[in-house]
Amino acid sequence: MKPLIFVSLSLVFISLTSFAQTPEEKGLEIAQEVSRRDDGFHDFTAELTMVLKNKQGEESTRIIRNSTLEVPGDGDKSLIIFDNPKDVKGTAFLSFTHKVKNDDQWLFLPALKRVKRISSSNKSGSFMGSEFAYEDITSQEVEKFTYRWLRDEKIGGKPAFVIERDPVDPNSGYTRQEVWYDQKEYIPLKIVFYDRKNALLKTLTYLEYKQYLGQYWRADRMEMINHQTEKSSVLNWKNYQFKTGLSDQDFNKNSLKRAR
Amino acid sequence: MKKWAILFLLIALQIPASVKAGEWSGYFSAEGRLFFNDALHPGQREQQAAFSAQPEYHHAWEESSFTFVPFYRLDSADAKRTHTDVRELYFLWYPGAFDLGIGIRKIFWGVTESQHLVDIINQTDLVELPDGEEKLGQPMINFSMLRDWGIIDFFILPYFRERTFPGRKGRLRSAIPIDTDQARFESSAKKHHLDLAVRYAKTLDYVDLALSYFRGTGREPTFLPGTDASGNPVLIPFYSQIGQTGVELQWVTEEWLWKLEAIHRTGQGESFEAWTGGFEYTFTGLLETQMDLGAIAEWLYDTRGDKATTPFENDFMFGLRLAVNDMASTELLIGVIQDLDHASKMLSIEGGRRLTDHWKIEIEGNLFIQQNTRTLFYDLRDDDFLQLSLLYYF
Repeated sequence: MKPLIFVSLSLVFISLTSFAQTPEEKGLEIAQEVSRRDDGFHDFTAELTMVLKNKQGEESTRIIRNSTLEVPGDGDKSLIIFDNPKDVKGTAFLSFTHKVKNDDQWLFLPALKRVKRISSSNKSGSFMGSEFAYEDITSQEVEKFTYRWLRDEKIGGKPAFVIERDPVDPNSGYTRQEVWYDQKEYIPLKIVFYDRKNALLKTLTYLEYKQYLGQYWRADRMEMINHQTEKSSVLNWKNYQFKTGLSDQDFNKNSLKRAR
Repeated sequence: MKKWAILFLLIALQIPASVKAGEWSGYFSAEGRLFFNDALHPGQREQQAAFSAQPEYHHAWEESSFTFVPFYRLDSADAKRTHTDVRELYFLWYPGAFDLGIGIRKIFWGVTESQHLVDIINQTDLVELPDGEEKLGQPMINFSMLRDWGIIDFFILPYFRERTFPGRKGRLRSAIPIDTDQARFESSAKKHHLDLAVRYAKTLDYVDLALSYFRGTGREPTFLPGTDASGNPVLIPFYSQIGQTGVELQWVTEEWLWKLEAIHRTGQGESFEAWTGGFEYTFTGLLETQMDLGAIAEWLYDTRGDKATTPFENDFMFGLRLAVNDMASTELLIGVIQDLDHASKMLSIEGGRRLTDHWKIEIEGNLFIQQNTRTLFYDLRDDDFLQLSLLYYF
């Protein structure tokens, strides 16, 4: 047996060293490692405020609660409940993200008690009037993009991989994104978005990372700047709770209707 | 109704050990209605202003909750529109595999935009708006089971709510006023007839499907000619015992939402079918802005033809829904329903814009165009109106 293991190990060694990896392979490998390191969180809940700012500097604040359930072999399920502004209090958004096929999305409107299906083409649309599109806030499955490693460089003193990722879905609002991943922790530090005409559109910066359960990194602050409109949106996350015991029973049309 | 209310309030006050403290929210609204034409029917006031309030109390425990939503409206012109209702007053228990709700609730069924054929649990609060979207609270026991094969809901409805109608002085009413005090029922149990309903709903990938059956007092009355105490002609609502089977189907594919609602109803004259079907297409990021524009088209059909009790026996609806996606969440919906057998059409407009975190303005209006004696909106032909509301949310 021993020689066999020895042979197979040396084969792995050869494959890693003697064949040059293409930038596409390296990009994909980094994206897969990013995903792998976040595997197994099971579920989390968090509270967030989103501050929207327009060109004139006027501000408006949204207060939101989020629960997310990891689905093995598929995209996450998440439930978002709005607390502020007061006129949309009790509005809730349920989404089942998928690796390849279109996401399923429903919105609950409390005044009419109505659950509305939302067409999947809204992914490029604005989330709550913010500079975040739906596709920016739903789970970032590896299969949703193709990848290309561009270069390694330091950002804010940290060594980072710079990867280009191109959305697979033609309904995406972007031709491409450039992502800076921390080389040590494999977490995103910055994303630059290019619109359908390949013009610079937005920059998202992840700030104030904290680690939970000794494994899962989450940014407390996410700043999105739209370079074309000069508007910005800042997401502040707090009260992250992992492995709270959520299950499928908390992510369906009944739980959507009673969420508030 | 009052006994229910007192019982529930007593139980609510008895329960200690809260997980999440109870909280109040809700709104106050002041509104003015501008009618473009002089009142047509004798006794009607020309203009209308109103005030309404809908506070909301919610208290949640680990696996249960208590909700209380009273409603009050004060109307300057129409005594029938000045009214109080308990929109919601119920306990909900949700240990996981099922939800059990007991009390007064609002339940919505349906997928289409132009009308809500399948939606039958709650009675329409028609004095609120002519579109019938406002509903009265319905006492019920609702048991909802969640399984891999779908969600099945059972409803026991022990008390019937009569539809509200504008009074003699109100606009947007029939030429002969409706006398709700003389309402008649097919069942000798009258409002205490025990109504039952069941609904099965399932999502299969991009398809949402629901099948429902209702047996009991029909929510939609027919009218009998009569006279009031002073001998004036009135219309008397008559509520039949009906059976109604409903289907809701929705299919989503990229920008398209395809929708169908259909019913088969027995017990109200000859049995009949009616359906609403169509689509909603969304242009996301219209003209390279942040705006979304939805185009809605629906066909409304009723096999009773001109004998239908709804105005939509063979009509086509086209609408545009604009979501500006700005900080103020500005929204506007414009729709026209064209009668395919007659020239008549109805134009409706609905819009809203947030002013601050607490204040919001809304507009709502209807135009009744080229109505003739054979169309059900004939009596409303001079009631074109635009309503402006200022709302305070807390």
